[in-house]
Amino acid sequence: MELLSGADMLIRSLQDEGIEYIYGYPGGAALHIYDALFRQDKVKHILVRHEQAAVHMADGYARATGKPGTVLVTSGPGATNTITGIATAFMDSIPMVVLCGQVASHLIGEDAFQETDMIGVSRPVVKHNLSVRHPEEIPEVIRKAYYIAATGRPGPVVVDIPKDMTTPNERYEYSYPKKVKLRSYNPAIRGHAGQIKKAVDMLLAAKRPVIYAGGGVILGKASNQLTELTRMLGYPLTNTLMGIGCYPASDKQHLGWLGMHGTYEANMAMHHSDLILCVGARFDDRVTNATEKFCPGARIIHIDIDPASISKTVEADVPIVGPVDAVLKEMLALVKESKDKPDPDAIGSWWKQIDEWRAFHGMRYETSPDVIKPQEVIELLCKLTNGEAFVTSDVGQHQMFAAQYYKFDKPNRWINSGGLGTMGFGLPAAMGVKLTHPDDEVLCITGEGSIQMNIQELSTCKQYNLPVKIINLNNQALGMVKQWQDMNYESRHSQSYMESLPDFIKLAEAYGHVGVRIEKKEDLESKLKEVLAMKDKLVFVDIYVDRFEHVYPMQVARGSMKDMWLSKTERV
Amino acid sequence: MRRIISVLLENEPGALSRVVGLFSQRNYNIETLTVAPTEDETLSRLTVTTTGSDKVIEQITKQLNKLIEVVKLVDLTEGAHIERELMLVKLKATGSQRAEIKRTVDIFRGQIVDVTSSVYTVQLAGDSDKLDGFIQAVGTSGVLEVVRTGVSGIARGEKVLSL
Ligand SMILES: Cc1ncc(C[n+]2csc(CCOP(=O)(O)OP(=O)(O)O)c2C)c(N)n1
Ligand SMILES: [Mg+2]
Repeated sequence: MELLSGADMLIRSLQDEGIEYIYGYPGGAALHIYDALFRQDKVKHILVRHEQAAVHMADGYARATGKPGTVLVTSGPGATNTITGIATAFMDSIPMVVLCGQVASHLIGEDAFQETDMIGVSRPVVKHNLSVRHPEEIPEVIRKAYYIAATGRPGPVVVDIPKDMTTPNERYEYSYPKKVKLRSYNPAIRGHAGQIKKAVDMLLAAKRPVIYAGGGVILGKASNQLTELTRMLGYPLTNTLMGIGCYPASDKQHLGWLGMHGTYEANMAMHHSDLILCVGARFDDRVTNATEKFCPGARIIHIDIDPASISKTVEADVPIVGPVDAVLKEMLALVKESKDKPDPDAIGSWWKQIDEWRAFHGMRYETSPDVIKPQEVIELLCKLTNGEAFVTSDVGQHQMFAAQYYKFDKPNRWINSGGLGTMGFGLPAAMGVKLTHPDDEVLCITGEGSIQMNIQELSTCKQYNLPVKIINLNNQALGMVKQWQDMNYESRHSQSYMESLPDFIKLAEAYGHVGVRIEKKEDLESKLKEVLAMKDKLVFVDIYVDRFEHVYPMQVARGSMKDMWLSKTERV
Repeated sequence: MRRIISVLLENEPGALSRVVGLFSQRNYNIETLTVAPTEDETLSRLTVTTTGSDKVIEQITKQLNKLIEVVKLVDLTEGAHIERELMLVKLKATGSQRAEIKRTVDIFRGQIVDVTSSVYTVQLAGDSDKLDGFIQAVGTSGVLEVVRTGVSGIARGEKVLSL
């Protein structure tokens, strides 16, 4: 067997795990590891400009590829800078391993230089964390970390590595375990057959069914099964913000997404349904609105890999714990062989009703002859990229407009921080996608508030040549905050105005990129075309959009699913 | 409702803090908590008493089960079970109080485990109600110090919580 130092074992373990890229930032406690990294060329390291960005990059990579991302940082400030990124990944169940340096074992607990209890600090926002207690354990700890991160309900795993675990001239026998077994961790591999049968019987007997799908479908790689089942049944489907792309948005059975800023027809269909088939979603408060008023006539089938997500906020009538792909496959088989078929009259009149809702509102906004509406920018981008770009976003109005008006037909292409709502996510996430999808169009839809939370990464983009397109929907305000202040605080715009904005064009140029400003509506299409034609350039597109626009529909606070504002003046 | 949840936990550093952290993070109550190694040195046994609606208790057990280091758990209050808590109490014991206290200790089947001219130290085991009852019976005015271990529990009959 080979003899390797702890640091070399760590890097070899990453190689053996098949890790191509790690994103990180060096520092004292991680220097042995960085030296081991230097002496090989299989694992490529991307040097970011802030550790939070490293985590979002790993996250963007994970969301686009379905594979766990990897981060490497030093102890203390390096580690604490990752927390927002880790919490972002945790809320959206994104698989990721964050390797953190730590002060040497004998210094732990002595408030040593750059010592932070990362195991303690990260505990509430990780799926699990592990510390290395002996260098020989490194291969097993790494294998465990990836196994836990990527299986069951995925999530971030932190590995804390004291500096003396990676000392260069202490060598140990290296072998990478093929498998790990944890007696206390056994994610479900299939759903309960009896429950699945019951669910199928209920589905086929339903009169006003809705399929409500979430990010779990994308994480569980079950889009094909979901699409097939939905088409076979002929039932309407809505998905969550996180589930965008799990079912083709251009399909007529797709009602758009649901919840706080979901479509009128999706929210109405949910509220009036008699059966909800929830697949890999979690009845989040941004979806249900007031739970006591939630879908009064509906029975609920809930499929989820995580039993704790079932009946957490809304009680399920038929809980099914299992991987969504396996469960949907079994459901498909049962639907195919069943003598019962969906009731054509009931489903026909249900669709008639839904089509009326669609015709009543649908997705719409008022255009203006001279001001650029943020929605039209997104519609245009969707058209110009054939709906096939990878789109990351930050958090705010621009995020909602992007999700509403870009039509995604494929999973893994809409990438946003849905659960934590982290401003600053968009650019580094886009970088993580672009790195591994160099031939695909990668758009970062952002706002002038959000982009400034990780703008330093323009420098990383220069270093690694990451020609993403940054679409800054510049409304000169923390728009979403301002919208809430307009609606709930009589337009007292407390701290939501972005004074003294930088000149983003000069800023982009200072970092060595191209900046394009669009102020006039008549320039919009031609300039966007020019921007998209600059394939090998990062272009920062600063678009002056309507400063007074609000996002609609918007559910009325503490109401039911069907209580919505449809514009500044129409409330239903 | 009050519940006693018994947990087999990997005997690893940090495992206990995850359990305690979970309770505070998700706003669950902990009334008592006891933890000690078992005959299998890789496992600790943890008993937590908590209160909450059925829905909250269901979430508590699910969330506990989600912790990687939780190997197995059981809600003992779902079936017949035995619960015990140990209490040590220092009581003011002078003059005629001494005989009175001795009688009460006997009734509660406790033991006086330490004596000075003015203080009795009493040891008492039982369910939590019995311990409360003893304090009431001797009267809080004479109580100098109380220390209770928190509840341990085990199922009645042949049911066992093991790997
Ligand atoms: C890190 C962080 N801080 C604060 C917030 C609260 N917040 C949500 S949206 C928003 C405004 C975002 O402004 P901008 O990026 O310009 O987007 P807009 O809404 O104007 O499109 C704020 C401050 C947040 N989501 N994340
Ligand atoms: Mg803005």
